[in-house]
Amino acid sequence: MSSAKLPPLPAILIANDLLTGDTVFYSGQGWTRHPGEAQIAEDEAASLGLEAAGQEAMRLNRVVDAYLVDVVLSAGGIPVPRHFRERFRLLGPTIRPDLGKQAEFPGLAAQAGQTR
Amino acid sequence: MYRYDEFDAAFVRDRVAQFSAQVERRLSGALTEDEFKPLRLQNGVYLQLHAYMLRIAIPYGTLSARQLRQLALIGERFDRGYGHFTTRQNLQFNWIQLKDVPEILSLLADVEMHAIQTSGNCIRNVTADQFAGVAADEIEDPRPVAELIRQWSTAHPEFSFLPRKFKIAVTGAEEDRAAVAVHDIGLRIVRHPETGETGYAVLVGGGLGRTPMVGKWVRDFLPKPHLLAYLEALMRVYNAEGRRDNKYKARVKILVHEIGIEAFRARVEAEFAQLDPQRIQADASEVERIARYFAPPAHADLPDNPPALRRARAANPDFDRWVEQNGFPHKVPGYQAVTLSLKGIGEAPGDISSAGMRLVADLADRYSFGEIRVTHAQNLVLPHIRQEDLHDLWQALAAGGLATANAGLITDIIACPGLDYCALATARSIPIAQALATRFAAPERQREIGPLAIKISGCINACGHHHVGHIGILGLEKRGEESYQITLGGDAGNASAIGEILGPGLVAGDVPDAIERLVAVYLAHRKPGEVFVESVRRLGIQPFKTAFNAEIRHDAA
Amino acid sequence: MTLLDRHGFRPDPFRRLPASEIAGHPAVILPLAELQSGLLVRTGGQRIGIDIANTVPAEEAASLANQVDLIAIAFPGFADGRGFTLGRRLRQAGFRGILRAVGPLIPDQFAYALACGFDEVELPDAVAARQGEAAWLADLSIYRHSYQRDYARGRNILDARRAARNGGAA
Repeated sequence: MSSAKLPPLPAILIANDLLTGDTVFYSGQGWTRHPGEAQIAEDEAASLGLEAAGQEAMRLNRVVDAYLVDVVLSAGGIPVPRHFRERFRLLGPTIRPDLGKQAEFPGLAAQAGQTR
Repeated sequence: MYRYDEFDAAFVRDRVAQFSAQVERRLSGALTEDEFKPLRLQNGVYLQLHAYMLRIAIPYGTLSARQLRQLALIGERFDRGYGHFTTRQNLQFNWIQLKDVPEILSLLADVEMHAIQTSGNCIRNVTADQFAGVAADEIEDPRPVAELIRQWSTAHPEFSFLPRKFKIAVTGAEEDRAAVAVHDIGLRIVRHPETGETGYAVLVGGGLGRTPMVGKWVRDFLPKPHLLAYLEALMRVYNAEGRRDNKYKARVKILVHEIGIEAFRARVEAEFAQLDPQRIQADASEVERIARYFAPPAHADLPDNPPALRRARAANPDFDRWVEQNGFPHKVPGYQAVTLSLKGIGEAPGDISSAGMRLVADLADRYSFGEIRVTHAQNLVLPHIRQEDLHDLWQALAAGGLATANAGLITDIIACPGLDYCALATARSIPIAQALATRFAAPERQREIGPLAIKISGCINACGHHHVGHIGILGLEKRGEESYQITLGGDAGNASAIGEILGPGLVAGDVPDAIERLVAVYLAHRKPGEVFVESVRRLGIQPFKTAFNAEIRHDAA
Repeated sequence: MTLLDRHGFRPDPFRRLPASEIAGHPAVILPLAELQSGLLVRTGGQRIGIDIANTVPAEEAASLANQVDLIAIAFPGFADGRGFTLGRRLRQAGFRGILRAVGPLIPDQFAYALACGFDEVELPDAVAARQGEAAWLADLSIYRHSYQRDYARGRNILDARRAARNGGAA
């Protein structure tokens, strides 16, 4: 994939686990369910590296639909997507704060500056 | 209700085994994601924002208490203790893991259910009037033919890789409660004007989505024994000629629009002429076998409006309001069908907990011959309630939070899951529904406004049927924000119509005020007895447009 | 390419050749445009097939039906189901020769293809390598019965029910 298609930086790699469907993030070593553990690409070389990791994980049937998402690092240290769609995905349904990662990881929403 | 025989039972078991093997082949890499996707979709499995979603078929919206209990169990064991009823009379679970799907499908098969063809480019779950077998204006119960079509369309060798999805709806009543005109095929059971024989009038090419269209008549009268051959001919023309170059132009409505209804009809008739209906149609004894399952239950001989009901209504205004608003007349004296609203103020439209499902199942067993219906408005119906039992039923429902008296009113809002769950959505739907329901929550106010259908979709695919809402709301993305486009004057019933856009898109926070302004125009100008959409038809869109645009903040455009 | 029929993978007796080169070959597949010139030089007993697109109008395809021994319908992708309808129409028009589906079908479509009147599938080798013979044959025995009458596959439920009602074997 050409760098022209890469999103603005910084960026993280987001995907769904093939077997469970969970939203997962690439940590640099593997896939994590906690967005705070996502590897953040600060330059083009790093985001190309993330992109390659996504392609490889899809080839190995580990995840599906892996792509880069541009983020802003919150004061709480969470890479928060710039686009609202990916923000909802990071935390869970806005109408059900008792469900999704926002419920599973207490404090996540506050760290991400997305209190609901 | 239809019951599986040994063949139906074997078929769904075979399907479960097939899907289990497909999942294994996907995990091994034998099937690529591109190859697996249509296979999982044809088994109701979507990949959404947070998890997989499983959409379970509830054919023509008829459900037994036993089936609903099984759905409650699945919701608890494999999901988060709730499910979501959809505008196509199906049920969705939002938090499913792919590895669990074979086991879930097996649990469904235990109660004669499945998730077959609830998605994908195939013939989808057939929908019907939720008051089938109940309504007095019915020529014939639509469910036997819906069941026949369900069977005929299941794993169809020729029509499982169509250009796009294909939706069929059937009604047997004078009043169209199944929105047949906005389906790829709409069937109306009609009586032949001369012979009195019942058959089908066939509409084709309706649909919502990016290019909303009202269906066109392709056959005024189709004799019953010709049905499956005619459907085969029509599907064949679509499969061969429907566009495959652009998914937004691939529905049959576009083909009908591009070649014209006359040419389309001619091609279908030419194809049909080459078929021998007798070789394709189920024989009469099979049709009769299916129909017998839908014979009315053993209603008792009861008086209408019994004293007990009159007394309870007089004594309790809340109960009285619920009967008036959520009751639907039953053709058998002494009985009533009632809508159980899944639109409690502040709730997500169509959502129900596993506990709620069990309550409904128990009440269906106690009061409604074990039968439940799902409506395309995302509510449930208990179809056969003795009027003398209504008060007991209402009390039990109220204790479970299922006695909201708003069926058909402004807070009975249809909403798709939107961007809180759906990977296709461009904006959220549910919070808009919640804000509007909260704004118009006061029961007196709702009753004063009267029947008004608000329908909300979170993207152009229009699962929330916004085009046919009296007020439609479409969530889009504009410049990195959620933006809501409002339409007016749509109708899903006999006077089916597509709503017109009122003005620029709104930010979410401005939607309730804008709807207030539309309601105010109606209240100021309505004639006695005139409901909202009738006033819109009489007055035209302009006064509403003027009021709508009067206070638009232009930065929101 | 790999050829497959209801018994498994097998060698392809047909060769794709231009009409000018078919002499001496017992079974050949020609491009549609070369059919007439091929028929002119055809020798006794030589089997001739044609490749056609899935967009060929049914009437045109049917008019070829009694001139050739094999019709190979292209499936540009597995999700493009037009070939199923074209195959079905050819059978309906009376074509009794070999009907072949050509392209990257998936095993999960094999029973459907046979039901629509196909005899065989010609697969890209990469697809056949990923999904071997066993996967294809397995698709033929998944369903004990199907719901459609008048399709060329095993037993259909409607007739089985009628037989059961009449006390006979399904």
